[in-house]
Amino acid sequence: MRPDNDALMLLNRLPGVRPAHSSGRRLRRISLLFIAIALACIFLADLALYPTDPWRELGRIGWGFITPYWADSSTLFSALGQTVAFALLALIISVPLGLMLAVFYHWRPVRMLAAAVRSVHEIFWGLLFMQLYGLSATTGLLAILIPYTGVFAKVFAEMFDRQAPEPALAVSPFSSRISRHAYTLIPQSLGEMRSYCRYRFECALRSSAILGFIGLPTLGFHLETAFKQGQYSEAAALLWVFFILIASIRFWLRGWLLPVYAALALWLLPQSPPLGSSYAWQFISQDIWPRALQQGDLSAAATWYWREFSQVAWPALLQTLYLTQIALVLTGVIALLCYPLASQAISGRAMRWPGRLLLLMMRSTPEMMIAFILLLLLGPSGLPAVLALALHNGGLIAFLLANHSEQQPQRADDPKGINRYFYLHTPRLYPGFLAFLFYRWEVILRESAMMGILGIATLGFYIDSAFEEIRYDKAFFLIVVAAVLNILIDSLSRRIRRRAGADRAVGLG
Amino acid sequence: MSVNADAAILFQLQQFDLTLGKHRVLHNINLTVRQGEKIAIIGPSGAGKSSLLDVLYRQQPQQIALCPQQGGLVDMLSVYNNIFMGGLERHSSVYNLLNLIRSFNTPRTDIQQLCNELGLEDKLWHSPDRLSGGQRQRVAVGRALYRKQPVFLGDEPVSALDPLQAENILQLLIKRHNTLLVSLHNRRLALAHFDRVLALRAGELVYDGPAAALSSNDLDAFYAA
Repeated sequence: MRPDNDALMLLNRLPGVRPAHSSGRRLRRISLLFIAIALACIFLADLALYPTDPWRELGRIGWGFITPYWADSSTLFSALGQTVAFALLALIISVPLGLMLAVFYHWRPVRMLAAAVRSVHEIFWGLLFMQLYGLSATTGLLAILIPYTGVFAKVFAEMFDRQAPEPALAVSPFSSRISRHAYTLIPQSLGEMRSYCRYRFECALRSSAILGFIGLPTLGFHLETAFKQGQYSEAAALLWVFFILIASIRFWLRGWLLPVYAALALWLLPQSPPLGSSYAWQFISQDIWPRALQQGDLSAAATWYWREFSQVAWPALLQTLYLTQIALVLTGVIALLCYPLASQAISGRAMRWPGRLLLLMMRSTPEMMIAFILLLLLGPSGLPAVLALALHNGGLIAFLLANHSEQQPQRADDPKGINRYFYLHTPRLYPGFLAFLFYRWEVILRESAMMGILGIATLGFYIDSAFEEIRYDKAFFLIVVAAVLNILIDSLSRRIRRRAGADRAVGLG
Repeated sequence: MSVNADAAILFQLQQFDLTLGKHRVLHNINLTVRQGEKIAIIGPSGAGKSSLLDVLYRQQPQQIALCPQQGGLVDMLSVYNNIFMGGLERHSSVYNLLNLIRSFNTPRTDIQQLCNELGLEDKLWHSPDRLSGGQRQRVAVGRALYRKQPVFLGDEPVSALDPLQAENILQLLIKRHNTLLVSLHNRRLALAHFDRVLALRAGELVYDGPAAALSSNDLDAFYAA
């Protein structure tokens, strides 16, 4: 924290730079900078609108949405069960693993490991493991639990940092680190951890659903099929079931029921072939490296890497970044516009539940599904991806803002309606809002890279194609590029959050 | 109760200064503490008592039972586990983790006994957030006692207790520890139970001498601005 503050002090002392009297002004400057960057990106990104006839199709989708229909309830429930099973088991394994890593998070290799595994999107992990284990339970579980372990490690470690230090002080410093954590920081953060795991379970359900898009037997698989065949009522049935599933989590997810659910989930999972280690080793030691490197020809390998980087990775990386920056700002706009809808303090009692339902639908629908629908309507450009990212993340942040705005202290003489929105709630929420938004930055980047597998020219498109061409060396290299980009944005976002003094919001990775 | 002048030196500070940011917390402190001394630290709030204890703690962490002002209780754990925490270093990590799931007999008997002495006999399985301020403070003291160390450093460890309880708890602490340094608000307790008094004001040591040489009026003077 200190170097940034020092840098800021120095900046303030330079001639012509006024000291920052106003925290509001600093936040405004950062916001304007990001808006300017996003505007520039609009001209650089591929956002072409294709002359399709979206209205007719949209009408059919809309009609399907209000006439959900599914003929064969057993496939519907099996898809639903698989979706929950993957999410639940992945979480049951990744929470303790993440907790272990969090205890040793002061150790640099642990931090790097956690950052590396969470910088790769679930879909990319899924594509990698699919080469090894086919369309099996192992693939689905690993694809979710590996990145989630990294996320839990980071978020739990941040929770530990926020706890009061006194309990640890009153314990012998010579007891083992594990014992000390088990008696102090872990029970201190228990409540926070529990609610974070709940939130993460919701994310895991989404991850599990979209793994269907690469062929696993979850909801996404049936959804893609239904949409591709134009069976919008069937697609809507799946979506509605998914919404109900997410909206009802708090009624059926109980701690004491977890063992029952875990047993059910194990029983529901698709069959998995035994884990063969021979091919896995060949995959790691040979297939993912270019031939030149395997033969020890370093200069040829360097030429290969440079060619792949300059011709494929770099343009794809720029497209990914352009879309990310536009989506980030649009997410913010949508969040600020939508949160009053669900806030009783601003919109009154009547609006609260319809507003919440809208936000719940926005945040429950995985970006990938929104993008998929929009692609059908608008044609293959970056526009569907940007809109999908902004709708989903905007809904998610708006939901949090609405909750916070209802917890604000109220006075009898507070202004009402639009004045209340502009003078009271929005300014008070703004630092937290920016912190949430910057937390989502890295997520939005990861998602916009991933959306490439739908045919948008971001990194994911080239990764998916490389896997299809069985060019694992290229696929692996591009995944590493995406991961490094993600780690860079993550650290940049942390710096900006600190400088903006907006670092107090809780982790929402 | 007089202390042998040849006893080993536990803590020593010479012309010690402590500055946090721009704020001078301790200034020119000269202090020697020998084994077996019972020392009360008095002075108005903000005088540097907590900082002094903090500095001393860092000199000998391996033989000190510390009782910080906020108590450091973990509200998610039972009183039993909050006290058991004092002895974590005496057991393996596996033992400690198992104990969280189900308490072992030996420590349970010990801690039940300790709770009886602290007047918490029926509170073993309560969580501290359901207890009163005085009860919470006794749990914190219980943890320090369960550390079973020869030296006790306490920052206002009995401030929330009624006079009789404070008296009893102090006696218990004195009985179980060879050396004590305790910051106190209650001047009478300081005179009655300790053989040496340190008075701090604005980060400086304004008095360091036997408690017997002080009257109540002298003590009042140390608190005056």
